[in-house]
Amino acid sequence: MRNKFDMQLERLSEQLIFMGSLCEKAIANATKALRNGDLELAKLVMSEDEEIDQIEKDIERLCLKLLLQQQPVARDLRQISAALKMITDMERIGDQTSDIAEIIISAGMSEARDISIIGTMAEATSKMVHDSILAYVNKDLEMAQKVMLADDEVDRMFELVKAKLVELILKDGGKQGEKAIDLIMITKYLERIGDHATNIAEWVEFSITGVHKDGQLVER
Amino acid sequence: MGKISVKNLDLYYGDFKALKNINMEIEANKITAFIGPSGCGKSTLLKSINRMNDLVEGCRIDGQILLDQEDIYGRMDVNLLRKRVGMVFQKPNPFPMSIYDNIAFGPRTHGIHSKAKLDDIVEKSLRQAAIWEETKDRLKKSALGMSGGQQQRLCIARALAVQPEVLLMDEPTSALDPISTSKIEDLAMELKKDYTIVMVTHNMQQAVRVSDNTAFFLLGEMIEYNNTEKLFSIPSDKRTEDYITGRFG
Repeated sequence: MRNKFDMQLERLSEQLIFMGSLCEKAIANATKALRNGDLELAKLVMSEDEEIDQIEKDIERLCLKLLLQQQPVARDLRQISAALKMITDMERIGDQTSDIAEIIISAGMSEARDISIIGTMAEATSKMVHDSILAYVNKDLEMAQKVMLADDEVDRMFELVKAKLVELILKDGGKQGEKAIDLIMITKYLERIGDHATNIAEWVEFSITGVHKDGQLVER
Repeated sequence: MGKISVKNLDLYYGDFKALKNINMEIEANKITAFIGPSGCGKSTLLKSINRMNDLVEGCRIDGQILLDQEDIYGRMDVNLLRKRVGMVFQKPNPFPMSIYDNIAFGPRTHGIHSKAKLDDIVEKSLRQAAIWEETKDRLKKSALGMSGGQQQRLCIARALAVQPEVLLMDEPTSALDPISTSKIEDLAMELKKDYTIVMVTHNMQQAVRVSDNTAFFLLGEMIEYNNTEKLFSIPSDKRTEDYITGRFG
């Protein structure tokens, strides 16, 4: 029954997985560029953001087509409307990763550095993105909820990095101030990426249960 | 308490049990949609609300249907019941007479013969059914010369002419084009201010667009009855979900 429609929904899931994987790759490359002082890699992250924008457009088009052709209801409606919201957050993740790359380039951060906590934070946000999409595809509520909880850890790491950077500014009579500010901006972008991944997980929860955060989207 | 209360209703056609223990409250001044696959019992239930099933041989009912808490299968006069509960059918069925006489037919049956009064009822009913402007200059012309969509609105006007409280609609737009369909839908939403409307529809999107509450039937059982937005967004029963998403069977 509804073979064509089910195949289109499958395609939607595949495209979301692909978009998610592009975001993960961008986060990993931006972090690597920062760690290794690799400006070329940072440039690549910026140029590859276009690909994320493009797939967002493709998914939007597919969703609108499905709304038009299938007039979905119930779980189909939730799945498609959630996808439309999720890609906005993924697109923002792409932008913010590109912003990180831009800071690396414009600040000329071409020397290798130890970025211990920032690196861990980047990995955590990347995992959040990965897991939220996986939760969507597998309709795994528990996994979506774990993603939301993981954001607390990302926030905690942000506070840690902030404290360390304050120390850095105080050291050496403020000579490291500019560097510290660049790093705090990068870290803030990562923290925001965690928030976007949380948004994605919240829409995944909606797609599974019909409940979005505390709000009632549906009249009962 | 609903305008209509269905209590422990079983309905048999001979040995065949067409409705199984239906219990529901139909709210006043709301549009309630009945959905479900062919043969699920939705039209049977609709028809039993004004005792159209009395005409079917071998039809037997257990349980109750209450209209304002009064049992319609009890001592209520059937003619009075049908005055209070009007019906509009799938296929427009105007009488082979003038537009005016179609509308005046019911009131005349109920003893109204004053021309002024009938004129007033005809105009009011046609206006309520949003078809006055199209018919006011041709009231004496045959109703059969109208388009399908106009005929259906005429049938609604005819049902309204006896001032019913409830309007039953059995797939009222399935024979109509999209423009006529949207006119009937707008009309139904307008009329619910004054009437309680129960509508059987095979058009899922129509149920979503116009109804406040929806009941889903399957094999003579009422599977789920809920706020329409809830039922079509987050159905509680898997069978409802499978049916409305087209993954039935």
